[in-house]
Amino acid sequence: MVDLSSDLGFLRLKNPVIAASGTFGYGLEFQPLYDLSQLGGLVVKGLYFKPREGNPPPRLAETPCGLINSIGLQGIGVEAFCQEVLPKLALLETAIIANVCGEEEEEYARVAEYLSRHQGLAALELNISCPNVRAGGKCPAQDPEATYRTVKRVKQVSPLPLITKLSPNVTDITAVALAAEEAGSEAVSLVNTFLALAIDLESRKPKLGNVLGGLSGPAIKPLALRMVFEVARQVKIPVIGLGGIFSYQDALEFMVAGASAVEVGTANFVNPLACPEIIKGLEDWAESHGLNRLSEIVGSLKV
Amino acid sequence: MFQDKKARITETQSWGSYFLLRISAPQIAREARPGQFLMIRVSSGFNPLLRRPLSIHNCAGPEIEIFFQVTGEGTRLLSQKIAGEKVDILGPCGHGFSLKPEFKGQEIFCVGGGRGLAPLYFVARELQTVGATPVIFYGGQTLSDLALKNRLEATGWEINFSTDDGSYGFRGLITQLVEEQLKKRKPAFLFGCGPEAMMARLAEICQLSSLPAEFSLESIMGCGLGACWGCVRKIKKGGEIKYLRICQDGPVFPAEEILWSGD
Ligand SMILES: Cc1cc2nc3c(=O)[nH]c(=O)nc-3n(C[C@H](O)[C@H](O)[C@H](O)COP(=O)(O)OP(=O)(O)OC[C@H]3O[C@@H](n4cnc5c(N)ncnc54)[C@H](O)[C@@H]3O)c2cc1C
Ligand SMILES: Cc1cc2nc3c(=O)[nH]c(=O)nc-3n(C[C@H](O)[C@H](O)[C@H](O)COP(=O)(O)O)c2cc1C
Ligand code: FES
Repeated sequence: MVDLSSDLGFLRLKNPVIAASGTFGYGLEFQPLYDLSQLGGLVVKGLYFKPREGNPPPRLAETPCGLINSIGLQGIGVEAFCQEVLPKLALLETAIIANVCGEEEEEYARVAEYLSRHQGLAALELNISCPNVRAGGKCPAQDPEATYRTVKRVKQVSPLPLITKLSPNVTDITAVALAAEEAGSEAVSLVNTFLALAIDLESRKPKLGNVLGGLSGPAIKPLALRMVFEVARQVKIPVIGLGGIFSYQDALEFMVAGASAVEVGTANFVNPLACPEIIKGLEDWAESHGLNRLSEIVGSLKV
Repeated sequence: MFQDKKARITETQSWGSYFLLRISAPQIAREARPGQFLMIRVSSGFNPLLRRPLSIHNCAGPEIEIFFQVTGEGTRLLSQKIAGEKVDILGPCGHGFSLKPEFKGQEIFCVGGGRGLAPLYFVARELQTVGATPVIFYGGQTLSDLALKNRLEATGWEINFSTDDGSYGFRGLITQLVEEQLKKRKPAFLFGCGPEAMMARLAEICQLSSLPAEFSLESIMGCGLGACWGCVRKIKKGGEIKYLRICQDGPVFPAEEILWSGD
């Protein structure tokens, strides 16, 4: 038996595969299809303090090998989440991670503080990188200082381990990663979606109701992989890699580039069984390559 | 809800741009209700990336049928599949039409425009099993849009056809035909599916005749599972207007809850 576990220091995952925020609902949506306890972890959809309406439709546009979304974080808010959803998720034998959102610094803190008072969460993922909420796709993760401040503020109010989710819409992602580390974040996850535009030529209108959206899926994999590689070389905290992971080979590439664990997003739509299939693929691969522990390959890129 | 990655296509039929596939998928067939839909992977690669939502057209034992029109790359790829090929299907998704016990002995109008007839065939068959009488209204621009004509005529149900150009049946819109009929008869309910403008007009007609109705809506879908919140539309629920998920809260909604895109 290969040891698939991934030790992030603050959290030990039974395997490195985590379902990514926003692509897995509140988790329970996939329960009819497979036993969620197979997962290394799952990150629920972004949570603001209050319920939110989200962006006007259309919210999705397909591009070659990619998907642009502008959901705008429609959601139920922390109170309903803690009362109605979290107790059910807590019964699963997998790490439950909440994705924390905020209009401004104080809201991030309020959401984190509220969530920390409830049982069942293994960690928080700080979503300072959503391109769909502010005008022009702006977010705190585009600025090392804003990142530092937000992480610091959340660390003050929440004892839960924090994974800061980074935006790829920056010139130097390592500077932001280092700011998150310095402010006390226990890990970073990257990447969120790439700010993008799709046009309907006949009407000359944007295909999305919110004009801009975030690109995800296989189209972004090489870019995400490069960023994970760059960040993993610079920070000492664990890196969680994501962006276009559809197969166990994709997951392995991110690990070789330096990711201790991976998140699977858009693949859940295309193949709802993607996560369990990737986990099985990782196990078979490690076995056929004579590894005792899959984690041996993390950061093993030969350059 | 099941994902059948290797559902075998057992039969295909086509009429111009319209196609019917029969697929063996016993688990999905067992649970399927009229108005529910499937999410079908049309390419084994990543282009197109997303699954395509298609209504369940019919269920026969372990087999299900889909009926669709080629409108783009995804449906084109699907139309090229041949008997014996395997497809990856997910379903049954969503909430279907409400077939109520009190429909027994009553006439129920089933109104479809073009490919919108897809879910109504299944509805009409189920209506028969509860002892109701389906009355079909099937409209298209021209005769070639009435791809299911022969199949429907073989059922023995009452079928009212219309074409915009008069090439078959009533010349004009299917909504006009429904309006005419409502002057003479009193169905207990109306189920509709088709182009948005057709459904919006039908909803208006139903309201004027106090005829309760349900419509099946479309929207671009990411997951079909209620997980991505990509498929929402504004829906009136309990005095409030909210973005609800077409895939999960629908695709079928009562007429009075729908905000039509022209409103
Ligand atoms: C619940 C539901 C049931 C449906 N049932 C049927 C059916 O039984 N028969 C049938 O012919 N069609 C049906 N449709 C419409 C069908 O899904 C679209 O025609 C199809 O997705 C178009 O894909 P394409 O790649 O050929 O076209 P493209 O225009 O290339 O598609 C581009 C993107 O837009 C989406 N899209 C385009 N048109 C529609 C549409 N009208 N509704 C939803 N998404 C769309 C596609 O899924 C894809 O993501 C249904 C739609 C929904 C939501
Ligand atoms: C429909 C959709 C909704 C998303 N919602 C969130 C969210 O709520 N919070 C978040 O941090 N990331 C969100 N993301 C970003 C994903 O978690 C992920 O970072 C991104 O899609 C890249 O990974 P992928 O290519 O595997 O999908 C969303 C992505 C999609 C496609
Ligand atoms: S298609 Fe994903 S929520 Fe409806």
